[in-house]
Amino acid sequence: MNAVDWVHLAAFLLVLAALTKPLGLYIQRVLDPRGRTFLDPGIKPLERTICRLMKIDVDREQDWKEYLLSVLVFGAAGFLFTFAILRLQHLLPLNPEALGPVAPDLAFNTAVSFMTNTNWQNYSGENTLSYFSQMVGLTFHHFVSAATGIAVAAAFVRGISRDRAATIGCFQVDLIRSCLYLLLPICLVYALFLVFQGTIQNFSPYLRAGTLDGGAWQIIAQGPMASQTAIKMLGTNGGGFMGANASHPYENPTPLSNFVQVLSILLIPSSLTYYLGRAVRNSRHGWSVWAAMLCLFLSGLLICWWAEARGNPRLEQLGVDASFGNMEGKEVRFGIFSSALFGAATTAASCGAVNSVHDSFTPLGGWVLLFNMMLGEVVFGGVGVGLCGMLIFILLAIFLSGLMIGRTPEYLGKKIENRDVQVCALAVLIPSILPLVLTAITISSEWGTASLNNSGPHGLSEILYAYTSAANNNGSAFAGLSANTPWYNLTLGFSMLAGRFIVIMASLALAGNFARKRALSRRGGDFPVSGGTFCLLLVATVVLVGALTFLPVLSMGPILEHFLMTGSDLLF
Amino acid sequence: MAGQVHSLLDRKIVLPAFREAILKINPRVMVRNPVMFVTMAGALVTTIECSSAFFRGRSAAFSLQVALWLWFTVIFANFAEAMAEGRGKAQAASLRKARVKTVAKRLTSGGSTETVPAEALRRNDLVVVRAGDIIPADGEVTEGAASVDESAVTGESAPVIREAGGDRSAVTGGTRVLSDEMVIRVTADPGEGFLDHMISLVEGAHRRKTPNELALTILLAALTIIFLLVIATLKPFGAYVNAPFPIPVLAALLVCLIPTTIGGLLSAIGISGIDRLIQKNVLATSGRAVEAAGDVDVLLLDKTGTITLGNRQAVEFFPAAGVSTEELADIAQLSSLADETPEGRSIVVLAKRYGIRGREVSEFQDARFIAFSARTRMSGIDVAGKCYRKGARDAIEEFVTGGLPTDVLECTEDIARRGGTPLVVADAGKVYGVVYLKDIIKGGLPDRFARFRAMGIRTVMITGDNPNTAEAIAREAGLDDYLAEARPEDKLALIRAEQAAGHLVAMTGDGTNDAPALAQADVGVAMNTGTQAAREAGNMVDLDSNPTKLIEVVEIGKQLLMTRGALTTFSIANDVAKYFAIIPAMLLGTFPQIAALNIMRLTSPQSAVLSAVIFNALIIVALIPLALAGVKFRPLGTEVVLRRNLLIYGGGGILSPFIGIKIIDMIITALRMV
Repeated sequence: MNAVDWVHLAAFLLVLAALTKPLGLYIQRVLDPRGRTFLDPGIKPLERTICRLMKIDVDREQDWKEYLLSVLVFGAAGFLFTFAILRLQHLLPLNPEALGPVAPDLAFNTAVSFMTNTNWQNYSGENTLSYFSQMVGLTFHHFVSAATGIAVAAAFVRGISRDRAATIGCFQVDLIRSCLYLLLPICLVYALFLVFQGTIQNFSPYLRAGTLDGGAWQIIAQGPMASQTAIKMLGTNGGGFMGANASHPYENPTPLSNFVQVLSILLIPSSLTYYLGRAVRNSRHGWSVWAAMLCLFLSGLLICWWAEARGNPRLEQLGVDASFGNMEGKEVRFGIFSSALFGAATTAASCGAVNSVHDSFTPLGGWVLLFNMMLGEVVFGGVGVGLCGMLIFILLAIFLSGLMIGRTPEYLGKKIENRDVQVCALAVLIPSILPLVLTAITISSEWGTASLNNSGPHGLSEILYAYTSAANNNGSAFAGLSANTPWYNLTLGFSMLAGRFIVIMASLALAGNFARKRALSRRGGDFPVSGGTFCLLLVATVVLVGALTFLPVLSMGPILEHFLMTGSDLLF
Repeated sequence: MAGQVHSLLDRKIVLPAFREAILKINPRVMVRNPVMFVTMAGALVTTIECSSAFFRGRSAAFSLQVALWLWFTVIFANFAEAMAEGRGKAQAASLRKARVKTVAKRLTSGGSTETVPAEALRRNDLVVVRAGDIIPADGEVTEGAASVDESAVTGESAPVIREAGGDRSAVTGGTRVLSDEMVIRVTADPGEGFLDHMISLVEGAHRRKTPNELALTILLAALTIIFLLVIATLKPFGAYVNAPFPIPVLAALLVCLIPTTIGGLLSAIGISGIDRLIQKNVLATSGRAVEAAGDVDVLLLDKTGTITLGNRQAVEFFPAAGVSTEELADIAQLSSLADETPEGRSIVVLAKRYGIRGREVSEFQDARFIAFSARTRMSGIDVAGKCYRKGARDAIEEFVTGGLPTDVLECTEDIARRGGTPLVVADAGKVYGVVYLKDIIKGGLPDRFARFRAMGIRTVMITGDNPNTAEAIAREAGLDDYLAEARPEDKLALIRAEQAAGHLVAMTGDGTNDAPALAQADVGVAMNTGTQAAREAGNMVDLDSNPTKLIEVVEIGKQLLMTRGALTTFSIANDVAKYFAIIPAMLLGTFPQIAALNIMRLTSPQSAVLSAVIFNALIIVALIPLALAGVKFRPLGTEVVLRRNLLIYGGGGILSPFIGIKIIDMIITALRMV
């Protein structure tokens, strides 16, 4: 934890804060079907053409059920599309390595994984997927799953900010505009930047290179990496081109590219809070939500960074220099801080890309990564859905303690009623209990523990991490678990579907509910939705719900492992 | 009698409440409260486990203690509810005393009367009541007028007049006629009368959960489900790390985690809110109405009776040019001697302050008194050849020859601008000056309104006065807004407008023409002296008919909601410490290294579990007084209130169990209970 790292952290936060407002303003224009942007001259004709071809009436808005139906149909179609490509990749072009069809359970898992913006990868990209599968089958989802999240967030925010309205926008329009005006232009510039940093972008067959020790040949995978890497980070997808993901020198070549990649994970989720503030005409509210997220993010990061910098006493006993910290599983070109920052960001924001092996973090460092996901991916969270999750937590926080100001709870002048609470409870309940229940079943079964490479508390952490990552649509993995088995493929796939669509359904139902409500106008008597008290309340609610649900299992996983590491000689 | 405050330790309430608490242990009753239902299930499972251990000859001392304390948790929660109900029933019993068996003299279609029991009366029957009769049912006077003793309902011993037509035509069953005779049309079937309704509500027999209570119950149920699964999955996790978790420990952890504190106290809080209203002599038709009172942010207040004392008083004399103040006071008093209105009386009193001695009408044998009349709008005296008059400006203007002098005119305009009423004093040829009549604002109101403003509540005065007067009074009383020259139908329009602008409105009313507005308002408090229509339209009735009480009603509503929120927050915040007590205890046997997590340094795993369970049970009892009395209500800005309550109930909720569990652990260690 040296001075350079602190400067690195400060610079990172400064740049993130500085970009939040301008991008938030831009997003507001993008999400307004009539909004004007500086890209209109180039993109407007394209948008019009697409809308005309798809027969979309830009002026016709949908109520929440129509909106939800559109999301579901679009998701189902996307799933079938990718599933078909993976199963048929041996018949499709751009397959120089002549890779065969993907097994059905793996294809199901992968298609679900990318459609739900999870990008859990039970395969290694370079050994399993053709260029066509990666670019068309997967990168397609990198864009549209991110855009779907943004669209749902926009619908939710509209629901909150409208007064006695029946509709919450049009999914097709939100989807198209998010892709065209937001994701594609940024990715274009971003991919070029990555190429400038050294990321490759080609369709060449894999290279065979002679190694230095002579005699042995090394296969070096090639491919269109810059384009996929850009959107995998920006859209908080996380599915790398390579199995090694962002630790691979092709995907993440330099400290600068690393800095920008971490930044791009948090960029859109962070800007969406500003969009929220603008849309509800209370910028302070947007910033307060941002501050609460930042507070959660920083606490996790600092613990993780500290734990990694402190290193592993067992290794020190073996003579490893303690001043390096815990470098196991980390790239030397990134070091402790950049790895901790990447890890904290990728788990907080539901990205799932990794630049180091999470499995090799110290127990406490790994606990932070796990706990970030357990909070429900609301610490910035996945693009769009992170904000949705946070809004649900805001409603819960206000419902639980809003009574203390002597009024039945209301958020921005709208009463939080029975139905809203039911929906919120469901949205928190399912992603919380799914990992618990599935981990419990898996850990007590032969076919579950057979995939483990570690026993003891660390083995529990590995399985728990997998299901938590899936149910919260993160996608990162503790290595050490061979999850490409039918049981894991199916249950993880199911978790991803449930985690994604429960939150989306809840968000849209709440959007519809809130849009219909009468906004009470309170002059000075509102529930305070900005300022320190609100931030504290929100942070406390998020942490408390996460902690109360997961503390028992965590105490038998990473927490126990920590005490065993420091206080015993037990090996696992 | 309504309005009585029962002591918390009133034996007549506490003892039956204990009995009730045991009787309520019935799955069919408990299932209404999911949190306590799960607690009961936990207690049951532990009991079974305990007895099976006993019969298999293993030590059951620990699980027996856990089982006992789990049952205590259930009983304490039931006790809290029974206490609140008991207090309500005590109120109801005094109301029911009014319900002595009565007979009614029903008018037959032939015009004769027949004697029937009160229960036989049906809606629209006509009955005759005479002096000494108990009015047999709620109704409306259709003929005659009588004085009625309503103390059975209101506690107010002064008799009130009830008469056909107008705004005082409603009578309540159970009240007694003191004089005269009248015919009443019955407006409620037996058992559905106003009193019956109120009694059943107070007793809790027909208490339905309010929308907010329902929503909270659902959230608590969701939390309970999460914790159920958290505990259920602990068993396999424990098996994986080779840590066996006994059933009593899991049940203990479950009950500690689910929000038993708020689950146990929720209905008590709701009942006691209604109960507190009754202590103020206000009956609410539903718990929903009490909640709505907390939500209100616009209060419509009638000027007369609510903001002002109901009559104006003379406060100053302004003599015309060339007239001394004493002379004006003297003439003003003379001309008011025969004026029996409060305004007239106040002039006589004011004049005394200028050294004018009090005079009696009887001193003036040869004088002719002219009493005040609404038509002439003057009163006065013809004495010693002079015709002294005092009255409204335009009335005097017509009366005197040559009109009013300019200084007097200016003076009257000035008074009107200040919200007062000018009375001009003159005789046929000379104008003496002006008397300043002023509305007297009830004590303490400006303060109260300022506090409301801090809470974001706007106060609006409704008055028939002209805008000048209205504005002046509104300013003096510290109101935010006023509606001047209001006709009854304007009230309804104003409520609709406020609601359309996103406000929740409370008002008071008594007349039949108030009924639509009372029904439209989010909280409508009808005066008990008002018409039946008004009482049915509102969702609360003030037995004292004191419109200022609307303010207290709002405060009670807010207090109820605050109490519910505070205890919910407290209950959930409690869980943190319980984890720190129980989780290390569960793992300590297999992994001694985890002892570092035992930050409270509890003696042993068993004492830790037991201490947490005991704390969890006792905290319910400890908080019963708070649930019944409500948290202290402080009229501060919402942000301040939130910060304060979060600190006390959130922060306190996290810290207090650490201390409580540690103390209990020390006690049970000292007593060698484990």
